[in-house]
Amino acid sequence: MPDPHPLAGTPRRSRDQVADLHFMDARFKLLDLAAFLDRLERATGADDHRVRGLRQALPILLEGGDDRVAKILHLWSDPSLTPIEQADTKSASGVWPGLK
Amino acid sequence: MRYIEPHGHMVSRTTDDYQAMALAGCAAICEPAFWAGFDRKSADGFHDYFCQLTQHEPKRAAKYGLPHYCWLCINPKESEDMALAADVLALIPQFIGAPTVLGIGEIGLNKNTRNEMKILEQHIELAVKHDQLILVHTPHLEDKRKGTRLITDVLKAHSGVRPERVIIDHVEEHTIAGVLDQGFWAGITLYPESKATPVRAVDMLENFASQRVWLNSACDWGHSDPIAVPKAAAEMRRRGHSAAAIDSLVYGNPVRFLSQSKNFKDPQALR
Ligand SMILES: [Zn+2]
Repeated sequence: MPDPHPLAGTPRRSRDQVADLHFMDARFKLLDLAAFLDRLERATGADDHRVRGLRQALPILLEGGDDRVAKILHLWSDPSLTPIEQADTKSASGVWPGLK
Repeated sequence: MRYIEPHGHMVSRTTDDYQAMALAGCAAICEPAFWAGFDRKSADGFHDYFCQLTQHEPKRAAKYGLPHYCWLCINPKESEDMALAADVLALIPQFIGAPTVLGIGEIGLNKNTRNEMKILEQHIELAVKHDQLILVHTPHLEDKRKGTRLITDVLKAHSGVRPERVIIDHVEEHTIAGVLDQGFWAGITLYPESKATPVRAVDMLENFASQRVWLNSACDWGHSDPIAVPKAAAEMRRRGHSAAAIDSLVYGNPVRFLSQSKNFKDPQALR
């Protein structure tokens, strides 16, 4: 990385230290995610593109490497490279609607 | 601690927010022009908004001891209407000379349309012509990666643009490296849901921290937190980062970028 800042370079931490700081936060978020999937299960109809995108991201959580966030954001991104003619909405939904 | 809020939409915040920011150590606030949450129908609406940004809001901030600066533009969400955009672009030069204007922003893209691209290019021309800094809004969520690429390509293609005078805001884990590698500054926006949380921001900083990164809350009329930057600083402290490194990131970095505008005064020097 060009022009490194003194904050750069992850300080050496043990996994215990990371868990001490952030385990409870991750725990409640994982339970919230599980609850969301359960809630979908109890609802009717098919998954829309957002939920499909979310389900496709779940296996990434179990992959190795320290770039899961970037991988998920790439998965959900519009892969095209040219401007579109006109927008049919002002807002984004969180997952590219064309994701198969 | 002390910090700069380099991106806050204070016209949509209350005086309680100003007070909370001042108490948390805020030393200056910079406010880009943006979408009001609804489409303005005429250039007159923007004229009044620019008056609010350059005249009224600095007075409101001053009551809390906070210097207030602003950026001017028509935002990409309203740029789809090319006639309106042309009228607003024509208004900007009469406000550029105001003593608290830092540059042109937040310009960029929203849904990555052809019209948005055209208006983005016209804003870049205006900034180059008037030797102004540029603050770029990158699109939301699934549109961000493509939009960031389109924006940085246009900026790179313009011979009058110096990347060190441009900040690309709202970067996330999948866009930060490309922005920094091309010589631009990168802004990490702290939002409770979209964009980055303070915890993810500090992860990004530990992986990518550069002398060309700033943090901002982009607090506005939506779900956002005007004291998100000091909260991220608290996260850095909790992880064992030194007070000097934190200060250099949340105060030093924005001061270095913003000082490229002759209108910005280092708050430290004002005391
Ligand atoms: Zn903004």
